[in-house]
Order: sequence, then structure tokens, then C-alpha cells
Amino acid sequence: MKKNIIYLTTSLFAAFIFILFYIGLEKPNTYIPNQNNKKIIQFSGEDLFTGLKINSNDIISKNKFIIINIWASWCLPCRSEHTNLMDLKNIYNVTLIGLNYKDKSLNAKKFINELGNPFENILTDPNGIISIEIGAYGIPETFIINSESKIIKKFIGPLTKRNIKEISEIIKQ
Amino acid sequence: MKYCKFFLIIIFFILILEESLKANNNILLVDKISKNLRCLICQGQSIYDSQSDFAISMKLLIKKKINEGQSEKQIYDLLKSKYGAWIVYDPEINEKTLVLWIFPLILFIFGGILIIRKVFIN
Repeated sequence: MKKNIIYLTTSLFAAFIFILFYIGLEKPNTYIPNQNNKKIIQFSGEDLFTGLKINSNDIISKNKFIIINIWASWCLPCRSEHTNLMDLKNIYNVTLIGLNYKDKSLNAKKFINELGNPFENILTDPNGIISIEIGAYGIPETFIINSESKIIKKFIGPLTKRNIKEISEIIKQ
Repeated sequence: MKYCKFFLIIIFFILILEESLKANNNILLVDKISKNLRCLICQGQSIYDSQSDFAISMKLLIKKKINEGQSEKQIYDLLKSKYGAWIVYDPEINEKTLVLWIFPLILFIFGGILIIRKVFIN
């Protein structure tokens, strides 16, 4: 009887460990904390074209929603999502702020001149500190921010048509 | 006058020494913090070891925050608020990590009891 209890306990424990690891294997190995409704830090940077210092709060407070997109000319996915950003600007009339990540000014300007400029302002982030401070992992990355500087939603990776639809529904509210 | 010049030179050198010691301490603190942070892009490496863009920017941010006078705890808190507690190699005890901390202890006690019982029965 005692032996049976030990076997049963061991088997149940082994089954529990197996299920735990099996569920763990199914889950993605990257951990992304939920940043929704958290306040974005105030940051300032130089405008890519004018060189003037721009403060994030000045832009955020003026709009119900703004979209911050982190991009660089050397980033291929940024090139692929650019048409979607142009749609956001042209079709949905959204205020977009670009954060140019670790890029050469000349290359960034060339990129914009070639593909079009969907951004109200493009701030430069030459050493990537601003991007880290706002909680970015890499590029491209997009944040929807409301007028209270709260993050409504964050998109990691290039924006797809589905993401654009989602953004348009959020900003309609 | 001669003594005055000597005194000024001594003060000058003390100031330089103090500045260089402070800079050195800051570098050591950047290294200490970055060794306890996980690189989220190249998992398996610390921010200190990694040469990814993310890690390089993170090291610059840590340096900036130290120069602004922030403490080690403030820097960890800032990064945890942005990237979650997982970014730190040494997780603190909270409701999410409780099992992680308690489970080895339970196994240790359970194993100990089994060994003691076996020894005394034999």
C-alpha cells in the first residue's frame, strides 16, 4: 500500500513536470512586458532636417493621438513598412513622429526623399539612448501615444496592413 | 609666495586625482550594472558581454544615468519598468518569482527528510 502511494506520487510529480515543460516549450522564448497605459518618458532630440531641438511633450500635448515610429535607413523591414506609414498619413491623417535610430543623416534624408515623408517631425537618436529610454527592443518599432503621454499600444517589427487597420480603429475612438 | 604656489599645485593635483577616481568608479559601476542585465536581443549574453546595438545603447544609457547622479537601484527600477523584471539576472522575490525561490528549498527539505528517515530506519 505504502509502495503504491510512493509510485503514485512520483508518477504524478513526473507528469506535472512533463506538462510544465511541454507548456513552456510552446511559449515564445522572448519576454515582452505589457507597456500599455504606462507613461512614455519626456524626450528631446534634434530635427533631422532643421537641426532644431524638439521636445516630445510639445508634440504629444497638441494631439489626441500620435504615433512614434523608430526607423533607420539601414533597416530593411523599415523599408517594407514605409508604404503602410504613408497610408497612415495620407488616408487616416495621423500625426506621425519618426525617431531615426543610429543612422547617418545623409542616408536618412536620402531614404525619406526616395520613399516619401509620412512624418510631422523626424528626431535623431544617434546613439540609441532615446529608443532605450522609451522601451524599444530594436527597429522598426511603433508606439501609439495619447495626449496624456500614455502608451496605448506598441508594435514590435514592421507594421502590416492589419496593424494599420488596428491603429485606425484605435484613433477613431 | 613660494609656499602658496606649492599649495596651489597640490590642490590642483588633488582635484585631478579626485576626478579621475570618480570617473573610474563610474566605469566600474557601469560594468557592475551591465553584468547583471540580460541582453534581450542576444539572449544568453549579458549587456556587458554583448556587442549588439541594443546592448551598446543600454551601456550608454547606464553611463548617462550615473552621470546624472542616479543610484544603482534607480537604474534597475527604470529598466525593469521598461523591459520587465526579466531583464535583471538576479530576480527579486515577488508573487511571480516566489515559486522559483521556494521550490528548491521545498525539494531540499523533502529530500533531507527522506534521507534522514532512510538512515534511521536502516
